[in-house]
Amino acid sequence: TLPAAVRSSPYNSTEAHTDWASAISYNNFYEFGTSKDAPLRNAPQMALRPWRVRVEGLVNKPREFDIDDLLKLAALEERVYRLRCVEAWSMVIPWLGYPLASLLKAVEPQGSARYVEFVTHYDPAIMTRRPVLDWPYTEGLRLDEALHPLTLLTFGMYGEVLPHQNGAPVRVVVPWKYGFKSAKSIVTIRLSERQPATAWNKSAPQEYGFYSNVNPQVRHPRWSQASERRIGETRRRPTLMFNGYADEVAGLYLGMDLQKNY
Amino acid sequence: MSLRAPTPLQLLAIKALLLLLCLVPAGHLAAGWMHGTLGANPIEAVQHATGEWTLRMLLLTLAVTPLRRLSGLHWLLRLRRMLGLITFAWACGHLLTWAWLDLWLDWTAIAADILDRPYITVGFAAFALMLPLALTSSTAAVRWLGGRRWQALHRSVYGVAILGVVHYWWLVKADLLKPLLYALVLAALLGVRAWWREQERRRQLAAAAPPAPGRFKGKVIRIVPK
Repeated sequence: TLPAAVRSSPYNSTEAHTDWASAISYNNFYEFGTSKDAPLRNAPQMALRPWRVRVEGLVNKPREFDIDDLLKLAALEERVYRLRCVEAWSMVIPWLGYPLASLLKAVEPQGSARYVEFVTHYDPAIMTRRPVLDWPYTEGLRLDEALHPLTLLTFGMYGEVLPHQNGAPVRVVVPWKYGFKSAKSIVTIRLSERQPATAWNKSAPQEYGFYSNVNPQVRHPRWSQASERRIGETRRRPTLMFNGYADEVAGLYLGMDLQKNY
Repeated sequence: MSLRAPTPLQLLAIKALLLLLCLVPAGHLAAGWMHGTLGANPIEAVQHATGEWTLRMLLLTLAVTPLRRLSGLHWLLRLRRMLGLITFAWACGHLLTWAWLDLWLDWTAIAADILDRPYITVGFAAFALMLPLALTSSTAAVRWLGGRRWQALHRSVYGVAILGVVHYWWLVKADLLKPLLYALVLAALLGVRAWWREQERRRQLAAAAPPAPGRFKGKVIRIVPK
């Protein structure tokens, strides 16, 4: 169980939550299989304790956290966020966590740190050995994106501990970017000066850029991103710039060509 | 019953049984839709299922000729039209799922999809090529076209199959295992035809032009009695 969480964030979406059954059975977690229902079946084999998270690289206080200590580093908040997958479906999920900024400030990033890399758990004994992506799965953010108050270090959802397939025991949630940017089951957080390589970008750079901000005007090379299907609804709805978080995050990208930096 | 030469009644029974068998996945899908057991994204589930069954039935249709030749069971050919039409029915279901369930018959979105998304361009082309084949599947159509022209027209099924596999290949994000399996089966089905055709060509060449005397290039073995 998780400590009690503050439940009124100004960032909360007021839209109806996606039903729990859909949120735990329709997942992309390719280490456990590439069909949407495979993670529900296979991910429970992943042992969640003991679990340690190393925070390293360009920080003054590198540290290895036990997951139960990490959980108590800051007060948990409930954040109801839209989740937009690059495959053009979306959900609304009440996450439980605290801003990643709280952790990053605790380890004191050095002045030269510009990027944050997330390395996720990979255990070939229980995960696929086929090189679908370059395992372990890695993701990354620019430091200012990682420090943005919307970026959530997440331990639970719907008032419960994160289910295995949703990225237990700890993941990030970056609601203005396509879902794959929100790395699951994190074991290392590394601060660096140079932009880290990320799994999908390595796999297909022309399709998945480092930024991968939700942007209805930049089409995926193989499909339009102008609309999405909200899980539970039958008709498509228009996709919003930055997944509806433009007021909060557009400032991070001032002066950048988002067609080029997709 | 004789497996080599079933009576017309037995053949009818085989066809009916095969048709029923082919209806099972459609019934399963329809029941799943009505009972809401197709998962969190039922429209996508129907899209994937109808697409995969189109490919499976198409490959099964293309397997008739090789199976007939390998087994010597010539009546298998009598099942091919039905299998082809079932393939077409799945393709129609697939097309309708996309145009109707997914895009709500929004013609601008449909046109944009066909023009902009390469995997839909080839998928739509495959469907367009299937249409004349379905329309000329009757015995009357064979008579009207004449066997030779009918056969020439229906060879485009090979193109349909290649486009169908490309369509699947291009829509997958990273894990190409399944499209690869379909591609390998198709390659085997087309490869065996190409190989047989080549054998036949050589046979005909050999029969038409016996080696001229004096131009024999093989090794001569003398058999000398001791």
